[in-house]
Amino acid sequence: MVKGDYQRIIRHCIKGEEKFMEHKKTEPENSETILRVEDVWKIFGKDTDVRNLLSSDIRNASKEEINKTRCVLGLRNISFNVRRGEFFVIMGLSGSGKSTLIRCLIRLINPSAGKIIVNNEDICAFDKEQLMNFRRYTTAMVFQHFGLLPHYTVLDNVAYGLKVRGMSKEDRYERAREAIETVGLKEWEDYLPSSLSGGMQQRVGMARALAQEPEILLLDEPFSGLDPLIRRQMQDELVDLQVSLQKTMIFVTHDLDEALKFGDRIAIMKDGEIIQLGTPEEIIATPENDYVRDFVQDASPAKVLTSGQIMKEPDLLIHEWQGPQATRHMFRSAKDEFAFFIKRNREFVGIITRNDVRELARKKQGALHDILITDVPVCGPDTIVEELFPLATSSPYPITVIDENKKFMGIIYNHTIIDSMYQDTEVE
Amino acid sequence: MFEFPKQWDIPLADWIDRLMDWVLTEFADFFDAIGIILLKVLLSLENFFLWLPWFLVLILVGILAWRAMGRWWYGFIIPGLFFIIGCFGYWDMAMMTLAIVAAAVIISLIIGIPTGIVMARSNLAENLIRPVLDAMQTMPSFVYLIPALMLFGLGKVPAVFATIIYAVPPVIRLTNVGIRGVPESVIEAAEAFGSNPRQILFNVQLPLAFPSIMVGVNQTTMMALAMVVVASMIGARTLGLEVLLAINRIEIGRGFEAGLSIVLLAIIIDRITHGFAVKQQKSYKI
Repeated sequence: MVKGDYQRIIRHCIKGEEKFMEHKKTEPENSETILRVEDVWKIFGKDTDVRNLLSSDIRNASKEEINKTRCVLGLRNISFNVRRGEFFVIMGLSGSGKSTLIRCLIRLINPSAGKIIVNNEDICAFDKEQLMNFRRYTTAMVFQHFGLLPHYTVLDNVAYGLKVRGMSKEDRYERAREAIETVGLKEWEDYLPSSLSGGMQQRVGMARALAQEPEILLLDEPFSGLDPLIRRQMQDELVDLQVSLQKTMIFVTHDLDEALKFGDRIAIMKDGEIIQLGTPEEIIATPENDYVRDFVQDASPAKVLTSGQIMKEPDLLIHEWQGPQATRHMFRSAKDEFAFFIKRNREFVGIITRNDVRELARKKQGALHDILITDVPVCGPDTIVEELFPLATSSPYPITVIDENKKFMGIIYNHTIIDSMYQDTEVE
Repeated sequence: MFEFPKQWDIPLADWIDRLMDWVLTEFADFFDAIGIILLKVLLSLENFFLWLPWFLVLILVGILAWRAMGRWWYGFIIPGLFFIIGCFGYWDMAMMTLAIVAAAVIISLIIGIPTGIVMARSNLAENLIRPVLDAMQTMPSFVYLIPALMLFGLGKVPAVFATIIYAVPPVIRLTNVGIRGVPESVIEAAEAFGSNPRQILFNVQLPLAFPSIMVGVNQTTMMALAMVVVASMIGARTLGLEVLLAINRIEIGRGFEAGLSIVLLAIIIDRITHGFAVKQQKSYKI
């Protein structure tokens, strides 16, 4: 990998994230519920055994007790809502039931009990025909192992869902071509999946789902099988897509970084149960139990720490009533190359450099305003450290942290960011 | 004392004889009708094969061999083998053999592929059919000649009947194995996009099982050829008849020529069908 490529990808990623954050701020908080899961259970075993078990007093039984019968507990008392346009993440380790859960949502696995209500219809009560139509028109799924048809070309693969709907060849190819272009595989239309790399195959999987124009997009660990750099790139593209399409997405992952990156809300699963459900901040700030805490500890500090937590006091704060000579004098006793210029009400205005002050003081005319640099990077106190990287690398000046009234709070040097991550890992 | 007690006797042979008698009297018209239809099909196939000009056959075989194996020189070698059969003076015999093999294979596929599909989709069906297939394949091939003879008399029709019974198991098995071998993840994806069972069968399972089914076709064809030779004992005029006559008259040279012709025919058929099977396997690599 050429260094330039890498930087390009990183920059691209960051861009995606910024867009995503903007979108999140504007998202309506109480949009309608598209999916409601009510008390869903899944028990694997013989039908009769499962029925017996469900009719007995199962609610209080522990997992061990249930597994002592000839059945295996898959899901237990799952309830949650997903809003239209929400990015809902289901996270858990392998065996936690997350894949079972997402499969239950379109009844690839039939739940043993409970209701799954999509657009006010209980899909558990659907007959075969209704279920087919539900899968054809309402949802689309992306799989960890791609699930492409190896004997179909990329184009035919992407058009497959539309073919199943009974759409004519021209229509479905047209839509498939659009979807293929969206994922950037235009030149590969006529190839078989076997001639594509893993990342490209998953793009085909994404295109196939997008061509459906589904109301709900289900993603079952779509990026787990990919190598890290490609994974990162695909994640960011997914963020871009979410921003532009505003689709309801249900995303299964075992990767906390991924969950934090995407999730409007995250459900953490263990042993078939949801043990905590909340926004990423809630989960990191107040882990409900040790299990979640262990999980959260693995999170990269860059994704958890905020600018407010790592910012430092500046060496030099210059108030607007001070003049050039006083400023020069203050610089003498300070190590820093920069001074931060604020108004009487602590509103941040800009930065002054040591060299400029020396020049100004020598000339003995002009005011500090003349040498004030106002085009400097700033951020709020809640910005996640990871998002500071682009600011830090795009400007020679330190980042200034200001509150919503533009009042000065603190500063962050590039080395502050590095220090923060270093310290955090050492504490662990 | 150490001998097996004679009074413990299962008269299975009697039962079977009686069953056959019953079948023969009750269903005589039915088997006659089948026999007539089979004979018609067979005769027209045979007439067609015999009608084909020899050079056209060679050219067709050449093209097939070239397409199947992807090397131009096979387009000359394989017809060359056929040419040698002709030179032995067995062209018409070979054509008649081919006609019976073709008829038996076509009917075997019509029966075998759907049976394999049923077997793949239901574990119960698999458990029921599998022992029957095992029995069919372990039974000495001569045994099939007896019921065939009783149901259809002497001639080509019982030969085809016995050949089908002998040759159909591989295509059933390999259809079953092929469909069951389709990766679960692919089926799941097709289901997730709302495919109904028929769409899954035709869009996913059969295409992906196709290489395996082609191997089944290859094996069925080879077994049909083997059985057709044996079936000459009940009056099918095939290359096997020549071997039979040669044995009876102890004519070593004639027997060798006829036997060699059978081997060459087998090589030709095997190479071509196998070539197609491998070609499919390569292009569908998952």
